[in-house]
Formats: sequence, C-alpha cells, structure tokens
Amino acid sequence: MPDTNLIIEEKDAHIKAEDFSVFYGNNEAVKKVNMRIPKGKVTAIIGPSGCGKSTYLRAINRMNDLIPICRADGAMMFDKQDIYASNIDVVSLRQRVGMVFQKPNPFPKSIFDNVAYGPRLLGIKKKAELSEIVEHSLKKSAIWDEVKDRLKENALCMSGGQQQRLCIARALAVQPEILLMDEPTSALDPKATTKIEDLIGELCGDYTIIIVTHNMQQAARVSDFTAFMYEGILIEFGITKNLFEKPREKQTEDYITGRFG
Amino acid sequence: MQLKTRKFINKLFSGIGITSVVIMTAFLLILLTPITYKGLGAIFFSGTIEYRMLNYKEFGHGDKENIEKEFAKAKTARAPVYLQFDSFKKEVKKLEPKKRREIKNQLKEIKEALKELLGPFPDTPIPVLLRNQYGQTRWKNAQEKLHHVLYSEEWDYSDPTKPGIQVFVPRKKYFAGTSFESFFPYLEKNIKKMLLPKFTCYWQFLTDKSKDAHFFGGIMPEILGTIYLALGAMIFAVPLGILAAIYLSEYANPGKIISFLRICMGALAGVPSIVFGLFGLAFFINTIHVSNSKSVLAGSMTLALLILPTVIRSAEEAIKAVPNTYREASLGLGAGKWHSVWTIVLPSALPGILTGTIISLGRAAGETAPIIFTAAVSVGLPLKIWETLSQPTPALSWNIYNLCTEHEAVDEIRHVQYGMVFVLIAIVLLFNLTAIIARARIMKKLRG
Ligand SMILES: Nc1ncnc2c1ncn2[C@@H]1O[C@H](COP(=O)(O)OP(=O)(O)OP(=O)(O)O)[C@@H](O)[C@H]1O
Ligand SMILES: [Mg+2]
Repeated sequence: MPDTNLIIEEKDAHIKAEDFSVFYGNNEAVKKVNMRIPKGKVTAIIGPSGCGKSTYLRAINRMNDLIPICRADGAMMFDKQDIYASNIDVVSLRQRVGMVFQKPNPFPKSIFDNVAYGPRLLGIKKKAELSEIVEHSLKKSAIWDEVKDRLKENALCMSGGQQQRLCIARALAVQPEILLMDEPTSALDPKATTKIEDLIGELCGDYTIIIVTHNMQQAARVSDFTAFMYEGILIEFGITKNLFEKPREKQTEDYITGRFG
Repeated sequence: MQLKTRKFINKLFSGIGITSVVIMTAFLLILLTPITYKGLGAIFFSGTIEYRMLNYKEFGHGDKENIEKEFAKAKTARAPVYLQFDSFKKEVKKLEPKKRREIKNQLKEIKEALKELLGPFPDTPIPVLLRNQYGQTRWKNAQEKLHHVLYSEEWDYSDPTKPGIQVFVPRKKYFAGTSFESFFPYLEKNIKKMLLPKFTCYWQFLTDKSKDAHFFGGIMPEILGTIYLALGAMIFAVPLGILAAIYLSEYANPGKIISFLRICMGALAGVPSIVFGLFGLAFFINTIHVSNSKSVLAGSMTLALLILPTVIRSAEEAIKAVPNTYREASLGLGAGKWHSVWTIVLPSALPGILTGTIISLGRAAGETAPIIFTAAVSVGLPLKIWETLSQPTPALSWNIYNLCTEHEAVDEIRHVQYGMVFVLIAIVLLFNLTAIIARARIMKKLRG
C-alpha cells in the first residue's frame, strides 16, 4: 500500500525520514516515521503532549545525541546523505540545521556577541565582516531597529519576545539551510507571537522551516504543510489547508476539532 | 493547619534565624576586636629612644640628627645612674661581710635588670646578641623592666600551712642608710627622661625583615611566604580542579568508576592536614625531588592537594548550575563540545568557581600542618620569586605557632605574634574582598 503521507515528490524533499525511529532506552518515542519535508516551505508538526514532536525535531540536527540513553534507528536523509551515518560530522550538520528553542536562551553575553557566536565558530574574525553579518541577521529577524543602538548591552536585558527573535538571528547568522523551531512562541505574549509568526512568513523561501506547535491556529497561519503525530506515529501529513479542512484520518479530525481525550 | 498557627511558626522561625545570625556576628566581633586591638599594637605603640636608635642603625629608618640629639639628651639623664654605681662600689668594700654579701647579690640583680632596661653599661664591650645591645624599645616593656630594678621578687613562707606567696620587696630596703638609697627614687623619677617614650607608628612592621629572631623588626618574610604559598597552591589547584570538574560534570559517563572517584575525593577532603604534610614530604621532596629540601614549591603543591577536593567540588557545582539551554544553544550552532564548555559554560560558571576558589585560598593561607614538613622555617629572608623553587620560607601561620612554643622570650615579643595574627586575618579578608568584588563584576557582566 503506498504511503499516503509521501505527498512530496522525492526531488522536492529537503529532509526525508525513512522508517525512522527514536528510542529512549526501551521506550520508542518516534515510531517508524516516513516523512518528506519540502524545501523552502514551512512545515508544522502538531500533536498531543508527549507524542514525540520534540524528539523528532531534535533528531533532525542530532540534538538527541546529548541524551545518553537516546538512540535512533532507520534513516534521516538530508541532501542524499543519512545524517546518522558514521561519517557525518555532527558539528557541520548543526551549522546547516539551526535550531530555536521553546524558551528563549540567549547567552549571557552582549547582543552582538550572541549573534556573532556562530560566525566566529566558522572562523570569521574580522570586525567589519562580523558587524555586517550581525546587522544582516538582526535585520532578517526583524529586531534590528529595536537593538541597533544597544548591541553592546547584555542580551538578558531584553524582553522575552526580543530574546526569542535574537535567538532566531543567532541561528540565522551561520546561514543554515534548515531552521528547526520547537514551540518558539509558547513563552511569549500574543504581540510577540505575532512578530515571530510574521518573521516565519518572511523567512520561508530562503529556509526550510520546521515548527512544532501546540497552537493549531498558529500552524494554520504560518505553515504550508502540517504533520500530525500521535504516540510516536506520524498519523497524517498534508497541505495545511487540506489537513485542517478535510483530514483523512479520524484521529486527526478528533484532535483538530478538540474532541481529543 | 490554622492561619494563626502558621503565622506563629513563621515568626518563630524567623526569630530563631535572626537570633543565630546575631549570635554569630557577636562572636565574630568578640573574636576580631581583641585581635585588631592587640594586632595594631605591633604597629602603633609608645616607643623609646632605644627603639628609634635601633631602627635607625639596623634599618635606616628615621632622621639621624634628631635621633642623635635625643640620644645625647637621654644619655645625660642616665649618667647619674652609672655614676652612682661606680661610687657605691668603693662603699661596698667597707661594709661588714654578711651585709656585703647580701648587697652584692642585690647589686648583681640590679645590674642585670638595668642592662635590660637601658642597654649595656657605658664603656663595656658591645654584646654579641642584638637584643643585648639595646635597652627596652617599647615603653610598656620598659615599665616592666623598671619594676625588676626597683623590686626584688621573693617568696614568703612565713605561714607553714599555706604554699609560699610571691611578694615584691622594694630593693631600696636593702640599701637603707647607704648612698645608693637615692638611686631608686632617681631612676623612678627620671626614667621617662632616660628613655623618652613617644607615640610611634611603625608601619614598616609590614615591610621589614626580622632581626635577632623576631626581637626586632617586622614580618615581611612571613607575609611574603604566606602569599607565595597561598598563590602557589592556587596555581596548581585551580586549573587542575577546574579541568577535573569539567571532566566530571561534562564528559564522564556516570558509572561505577566515577562514583568511586567521587568517594575518593570526599575521603581526600576529610584527611587530616598533618597527613597531607607528611605525604608532601614523603612524595614531593623525598620521592620526586621537586626540591632538595623544604621549599615553597613543595609546600604549594602540598597545599594544592589539600584544597583540590574543595576546588573540584565547588567548580563542579557551579558548572552544573549553568542552565542546559546554554549548552544546547551553543551546540546547536555547531560548536564542538570543548568550545561550548570554554566559551559558554565556563564563563557562566565563573562566579561560582571563584567563590569556591577563594574559600580555598583563605584555607591555604591559614593552614599550618601541611607546611611544617614541606616549606616552613622559623626565620628567613624575604624570597625572590625564583627562589621559591628551591628555598623554604617563614610563613605567618607557622610562625604564630612557632613563636609561642619555641621562642626563648615569648613574653617580650607578644606584640609580634599579635601582629602576625592580625596580618594573617587581614590577608585572608583581603583575598576574600578581592574575590567578592571580582565576582560581583562578573555577575554584572553576565546578568547585564
Ligand atoms: N530525555 C528524555 N529521557 C527519556 N525519555 C524522554 C526524554 N525526553 C522525552 N522522553 C519521552 O519521549 C516521549 C516523547 O517526548 P517529546 O518531548 O518528544 O514529546 P512532545 O511531543 O515534544 O511533547 P510536548 O508537546 O509536551 O513538548 C515522551 O513519552 C517522553 O516521556
Ligand atoms: Mg516538546
């Protein structure tokens, strides 16, 4: 039976999960997921708490490696390469796949140093070049006007929403191809949330964005495609509009209509 | 629970808390007040002309002309005392034998006491020991010596049912009816003119070396030794401790070996410090020969071992307290593990690490037992930096102990001891203060 979730053509896929599973010890948190994530589009992942969204997302830049008991099975293809193959350099993978976390987590350094952290890692030392990258990244994440006069100030002095946009700028500064966002607005107020959502809209096209969210309106607003996961299984994947208006699966319908246990 | 009871319990607890804080502060004050007061006595005191003369001749402090003028004045005041001695000698010969023996004895005692009080008699050879070349340098000690001249210490056994009682008999009594009788009132009346006591600020106590086994001079070598030892211990213990802490908290996979290591470290922290001292002697000096005998280097290494567990423990706590989100963020940007530790985790943990380090620094400065066998000597010169590799040093902690157990005249140099205690405490507090300021600055930088 052909997998109905593989609606993206092979050549358009930026990330391909093939029978991909993640285990915490014996607990299988992600179960044999097959998913193609389109390049240059925004893909949302929704599902009830504990269904494995974060685990799946973190698997894409191998953030799960930090958890000793965590191991992956199957293949996660990124540009025709399995990122779990033994010859993969995790460091350069993470430079290509940036991540924004649920809670804004700027470093306790100046705003400038936060954004310049990634470029410095890449070996860029010249002040002028760094300044240019910092300005560019801050402009892209729509925060330049708010911070341009206080780049030397500590990042922890900013508001939560500003901090989150700074984190996005920090991730953009290394020019990743993919941006992973794990509930990036759950710690923010509606106004800051709108700003981030607008930002996502502006960034898509240049970047492949994968966003985990609990907020279904958000998923509907910002994403082109949506995946619904339940207990580690990818239940349904489709064009966002279709998935919200005529879901194929009963479970999806129950979840998005709020009739969920 | 009822609101009333809850409120009562809350009040009770804060009451107990405040009380204990107050008690602790009181104890601290009770401890610090006399130490400060007596310690400052080493620097501020009433000094005699003997003091000024000695300080000029031995250390070159003070104004030569002034001192010589003063000394000449004192000499004039003293002249009648010696004159009386001379003239009385002839008189003694005429006395009946029994009386003569008694008086001769007294005279001998008076002479000794007078030498201590005013220095050697004129026109006698210069004594070998520096302490015998001068009279009393401190007015307070001079008054005691004066008492020795004026009174003889005797024991009263008149009541056979009781133990003897010490009594002070005026020596004048023995000389009643002789020309020497007037010696005593003259001395008592003119002693100030003979010694010219004056308020003195001897701040060079901190920068002079000691003369004649701490009878005179300052405690520079001790201060320097303590600082060398403490900083030396830091040089070894801090980098090593931080590396170990990084390994334990960031790299090591928790398991049996790590738990075992931790237990060992805990045990190490509990080992008595004298054992560290012995180990330092046996290992650093006798086995791997970091120096031929005691040296600051060996002492620092021993102290470093002693404080290592504390440094590791506190650094580990500080590193663990760094939020995981920092690590995730930096790793997520493509930083290697070591880079992320070095650029993000360590700077964030620095205030905590600093706190632990400073506590250890204070400990290293104050420890005595570990340096007895490895670094400390009773008397020595201030060391140059490179000499610390091979030379032993005096140190405050050790000399405080040593002076009051080994020194031949403890009572006369009490002020040196008090001074050492005071300076040691001041050094430790100073270290602490520096660290507190440094930590506050770093915190401010981290928090914005
Ligand atoms: N560090 C971990 N160690 C062990 N098990 C974990 C760990 N993190 C997550 N899990 C387990 O994996 C499963 C999926 O967790 P995950 O965090 O991916 O869920 P989620 O969909 O992101 O939930 P939420 O919406 O609440 O963030 C859960 O059952 C959880 O208990
Ligand atoms: Mg999650």
